[in-house]
Amino acid sequence: MTDFLAMGGYGAYVWSSYAIFVIALLIDFLSPRLRYRRVIADLRGRLKRQQSRQEKST
Amino acid sequence: MNTLTLWFHKFGSPPTFHWLTGRLTPWLFAAALIIGAVGLYGGLVLAPADYQQSDAYRIIFIHVPCAWMSLFAYFFMAANAFIALVWRIKISEILAMASAPVGAFFTAITLATGSIWGKPMWGTWWTWDARLTSELVLLFLYLGVIGLYNAIEDRRQAARAAAFLALIGIVNVPIVHFSVNWWNTLHQGTTVRLIGPSRIDSSMLWPLLLVALATHIWFFASVFARARVSLVELEGGKEWARKVALGTGGQHD
Repeated sequence: MTDFLAMGGYGAYVWSSYAIFVIALLIDFLSPRLRYRRVIADLRGRLKRQQSRQEKST
Repeated sequence: MNTLTLWFHKFGSPPTFHWLTGRLTPWLFAAALIIGAVGLYGGLVLAPADYQQSDAYRIIFIHVPCAWMSLFAYFFMAANAFIALVWRIKISEILAMASAPVGAFFTAITLATGSIWGKPMWGTWWTWDARLTSELVLLFLYLGVIGLYNAIEDRRQAARAAAFLALIGIVNVPIVHFSVNWWNTLHQGTTVRLIGPSRIDSSMLWPLLLVALATHIWFFASVFARARVSLVELEGGKEWARKVALGTGGQHD
């Protein structure tokens, strides 16, 4: 196991590369999800405001 | 209209696209994760160490697939930009703009991992070599497209301006690809070839190809995930988007 982590003395280089890969793709995965939540919440708020305005006017 | 155009119009219609990609993306992400995990296991554990670079070469299993993706994503973005500019198809505009950030991520990973690989092997983090420089230009093109798209208020106008920039930038794609042949570069030449035998042992090739397959699937999953957000945002006033926001109706007939 330690041999595997050491990567023939290049452990720091290999694992930092893999860490960058994983972290970058994790951000790539999460960012549209967070945006989707925000967009839906905005839209819902807008629709609610519209609805209450219509109810007042009638 | 014949069936093909009819199908195209149906798939290209925002509600259907939103519904279909919503169903598809979880499976695509899952497939990318599983295939990628198998590929990386093959690369990190099963493949033998390189006779010259020892274990440092294992960076190849992410560096090369990401580098391929940086070009593939640009090609996909430019193709959609072209369709968007010529036929003004809304889905193509959105797909082109959705692929820019994903391409930028892959390009950034390529540059970062290449730099980390270059330090122990070449003795330098960075050099103004043709391959490295053109890849950096590629990153700036992606950032330019994203920046331009966000700088203009009208979403459709912004998409058209950014699509135009993306289309101009396509000249850089062959430059990146052929840079190792055209110039004398520190970066090594092509190892994996579509035509003719690859100059890589099969024990190292199969993990590389699996990770490459995984990143391709990941790309489409991420582009679809981004595209459907933009679609709801763009069509917020329409009936189907309202139904999506309020969680009412099956959205699909």
